[in-house]
Amino acid sequence: MIELILPAVASCIVAFFVVFLMTPLLIKLLGKKNLTVKDVNKKEDVMVVRPGGPSIIIGIIASEIVLYAFLQLNEILAIIITTSAAFVIGYVDDRKVMGGWFKPVALAFAAIPIIALGTYDSNLAFPLFGTVQIPVLYLALIVFMIPITGNTINSIDVLNGVASGFMVIASFSLSICLFIVQNYEIAIVSLPLGFVSLAFYKYHKVPSKIFPGDSGALTFGAMYGTIAIVGGVEILAAVALLPAVINSFLFLSSVKRIVEHRQVKGKPVEHTDDFLLKATDDKTAPVTLVRLILAGGPLSEKQVGFAIFKLAVFSGILAIITAFMMGVSL
Amino acid sequence: MKSGLFGFLFAMWILILVGGGIVVVILGPITVSGFGEFDMFIGSVIKAIVAIILVVIWILILSKLKNLIFKKEIKS
Repeated sequence: MIELILPAVASCIVAFFVVFLMTPLLIKLLGKKNLTVKDVNKKEDVMVVRPGGPSIIIGIIASEIVLYAFLQLNEILAIIITTSAAFVIGYVDDRKVMGGWFKPVALAFAAIPIIALGTYDSNLAFPLFGTVQIPVLYLALIVFMIPITGNTINSIDVLNGVASGFMVIASFSLSICLFIVQNYEIAIVSLPLGFVSLAFYKYHKVPSKIFPGDSGALTFGAMYGTIAIVGGVEILAAVALLPAVINSFLFLSSVKRIVEHRQVKGKPVEHTDDFLLKATDDKTAPVTLVRLILAGGPLSEKQVGFAIFKLAVFSGILAIITAFMMGVSL
Repeated sequence: MKSGLFGFLFAMWILILVGGGIVVVILGPITVSGFGEFDMFIGSVIKAIVAIILVVIWILILSKLKNLIFKKEIKS
């Protein structure tokens, strides 16, 4: 355990400062290339650069290489390759609008390195009841898990700072869970995700200077999913991610098909005269987490973001309680 | 409204815990014998079918819960 402190501290410093220092340069570069989109939740015509994915992936790769130099784990290679593949998929979608099925299918292929490197345990661990061995079924679970976590984080990237802020809370909760179940090496391998998210949040929070884009959101989600698999904490990861899972569930159960948000006609949220967000009465609009939060009355973008963060903290606490329950058997 | 969301989160967590128990109790003991080298494959197919049925039931329960908790908000 003591020997893990140095790699942990070194990788966290690299993760944070690479993103913290690179993102302003990326903002300038994207601005020069005019790669901007309108921030639709601002009264004035505010243009924000995107995608922030490149600085996020460089932070992740740099910090994981530092860890690999110390630990030489195949799990780190699986994280680097799968997360990089997810970044490329997201970047393609950032530059060229792809169909609704592109990302889930491509992300399923991105999961293959986890299987090829054998960095998984086909025993699925549940709290209170123990483990179940599902060797073949688990392979299917791996292939489904990365598209689910990737798209789940992507679907919550709707307001300034939400995706990165949510990721800070969910990933640190997952790291704590990994420490509780005494999977110390993967706990340390997971820490850079939280620090990368934290550094990016500095520029993504209200008012955003940069949006992560699909490349950033899919990178966050794919790394989170890969950590869950290689750490054998799939259920804990699902619990920590519940607010984003609810958002995807509400959306899919209301539109009843896999579709990109931009393809949905009805608007779930609109603006008041003073530019607060309010839920619409549009029957064709999908039900989303933001729409349900706004059902109580109009709120500012910042207030909605903090409501989502409160839900993330709540589900993080549930995940930590579940981690303690892993050691208890009925 | 927010308490409704926290309630829905908590209900999902309980469903995960209960679902986990059902998976361990039902899926865990499934073994197939008498098919030689296909035993594991057939066993896995049966486990996959049972798992899909359990997931569908889980989603249906969740949908009912959603309609129950967010009745007013979804109608409006």
